[in-house]
Amino acid sequence: MKKLILMAFITLVSSSLIAAVGTSVKLQDANIDIQDQQSRQKGMKTFVNYCLGCHSAQYQRYERAAEDLGMPVDLVLEHLVFSDQKVGEHMTNAMRSNQAAKWFGAPPPDLTNSVNLRGSDWVYSYLLSFYADSDRPYGVNNTVFENVGMPNVLSELQGIQERVCQTTPNEDEHNNEPSDVINCQLKVKADTGVMTPVEFEETVRDLTNFMAYMSNPNAAASKRIGIYTILFLLLLTTLFYFLYKEYWRDIK
Amino acid sequence: MAGNPDRSKAETGIMRWIDDRFPLTQMWEDHMSKYYVPKNFNVWYLFGVLSLFILVNQLLTGIWLTMSYEPTAEGAFASIEYIMRDVEMGWIIRYMHSTGASAFFAVIYLHMFRGLMYGSYKKPRELIWLFGMCIYLVLMAEGFFGYLLPWGNMSYWGAQVIVSLFSAIPLIGEDLAQWIRGDYLISGITLNRFFSLHVIALPIVLLGLVVLHLIALHETGSNNPDGVEIKNHKDVNGVPLDGVPMHPYFVVKDLVGIGIFLIVFCLIIFFFPEMGGYFIEKPNYEPANPLKTPEHIAPVWYYTPFYAMLRACTFNFWGMIDAKFFGVIVMAGSIAILFVLPWLDRSPVRSMRYKGVLSRIGLASFVVCFITLGILGAIPTTEERTLLAQIATGIYFLFFILMPFYTRIEATKTPPERITIT
Repeated sequence: MKKLILMAFITLVSSSLIAAVGTSVKLQDANIDIQDQQSRQKGMKTFVNYCLGCHSAQYQRYERAAEDLGMPVDLVLEHLVFSDQKVGEHMTNAMRSNQAAKWFGAPPPDLTNSVNLRGSDWVYSYLLSFYADSDRPYGVNNTVFENVGMPNVLSELQGIQERVCQTTPNEDEHNNEPSDVINCQLKVKADTGVMTPVEFEETVRDLTNFMAYMSNPNAAASKRIGIYTILFLLLLTTLFYFLYKEYWRDIK
Repeated sequence: MAGNPDRSKAETGIMRWIDDRFPLTQMWEDHMSKYYVPKNFNVWYLFGVLSLFILVNQLLTGIWLTMSYEPTAEGAFASIEYIMRDVEMGWIIRYMHSTGASAFFAVIYLHMFRGLMYGSYKKPRELIWLFGMCIYLVLMAEGFFGYLLPWGNMSYWGAQVIVSLFSAIPLIGEDLAQWIRGDYLISGITLNRFFSLHVIALPIVLLGLVVLHLIALHETGSNNPDGVEIKNHKDVNGVPLDGVPMHPYFVVKDLVGIGIFLIVFCLIIFFFPEMGGYFIEKPNYEPANPLKTPEHIAPVWYYTPFYAMLRACTFNFWGMIDAKFFGVIVMAGSIAILFVLPWLDRSPVRSMRYKGVLSRIGLASFVVCFITLGILGAIPTTEERTLLAQIATGIYFLFFILMPFYTRIEATKTPPERITIT
């Protein structure tokens, strides 16, 4: 036991010698609820309407999503499959990647694994962080993904967001080199989108939730099976323990 | 009368029929029911059987993964997604395999530490240690080849970095690296051969080595936390007084350990299969892309101590050997030196329980350095971290190089004649 404590201490000391690596952009908490089927269903609707035109989800089948998110297959086929695809097919589109590369600088990445790749907070923050920037080809830039090649496809919902910076002189007397503090915020121009900021955040949260589902379609099953497996193993190990005690009673 | 009359045989029935043709009863007695194990084994003696257990897990899950995996540059990534999404229970099988790889190294490191602590490599068990080191080496190769197979971007760049290490070797380096890859870059050709090595060649070698490791072990018998021979004190029947038969005593004891291991293992599989990017790295969720280098390339955690040593070599060695090649030498040396460990330890006693203070300080600093290097190898470098890695690398080697001296001069305690039960 003493050795275990010593080892834990050693690990702690070694790790505290090394500072953590931080990312430069502060992300917003996506705060998604993976149990919330309705949120994921709404997210899927947003996804097929706004994302799927350019981005594929080439490993995700419509039918599997319908089953996992609790939607009748025929309804999904009617309302969420726009092309002449069958419901058992993967969520792909007709955009050719060499053409797309010409239009956007790079082909739009496949989104099936985007939450695994970047994390849900990143996806959520990214979608909320477009702002008007006339220097960019599609008129928008993004604080999370600088000089992004993608237009803000959700702008009809969100409205036009602008980056407003305020410069305030630094009044901290202890600072040796007084400098101005630049404080930038993203603000939506009033009445430019069909949604209020709160409604829009909710929509993006649902979309992120659906994308999190696509990245990890087995998450729910994993938790369910996991709990039973662990309970079974606890029981089994207890039995093993008593078996061991019984056999070893005579030893020593 | 058939078969060898000296062998143990069943009296009658089907077992007798087999025993006249195959020494089944004899083998069972030699390795299980009459193989005597020191009864003072503690928890550290669990990791050998656990590594065997994980080996079986890796073989079985590997067979099933191979049924659905496609070893081509065009299809590999998609076939992993197919396994994860469309194959019935495919995701569990894959997580068992990917978590199993990490678990394998975790238990092997603990198993090796046990050997270091109790002097299990010392005479007459040098060959067990050597076979074990070969297993470790093959396991590292096996893990490396397997890591390319998902054909994710980190798979690709990890392989690129490691194979390029060979190109640091003077004169033949570039050609050697190209020979390993079978191409100028990591490509589908590399993937094909790594697949073949991962699923056929190395598992066969690994199984053979495990058999050798166990035969050598059962020839000398196990060491124990006191580092004293139980064979020195036998009863009239030749049974060691401090030994108990492997079966049933250690079989039932190991079952408890396997149960506890499985609980931890399943917690990871079902609740944290990626382990925050340490078991399955984030960039591996996009396909291999030779034009897109991941921001930060780090090997999987079990290689990071050696990777840190490689990166710690930032200077040209005496102006003769360039830094990268020196790094490769240091990295290779850090593993090579483990092979000669049995001949470095000159202590009259085996176990750390009876060794002196110098050995204890040595082992403790070795562990601290190994863990420090492991952490440093997983994160980006800075100047201070490089310095820290250099110091840790130095101490890692000093632990071995100075061992012939400090184990000889330190005062040791006299081990007991027979084992002690705590």
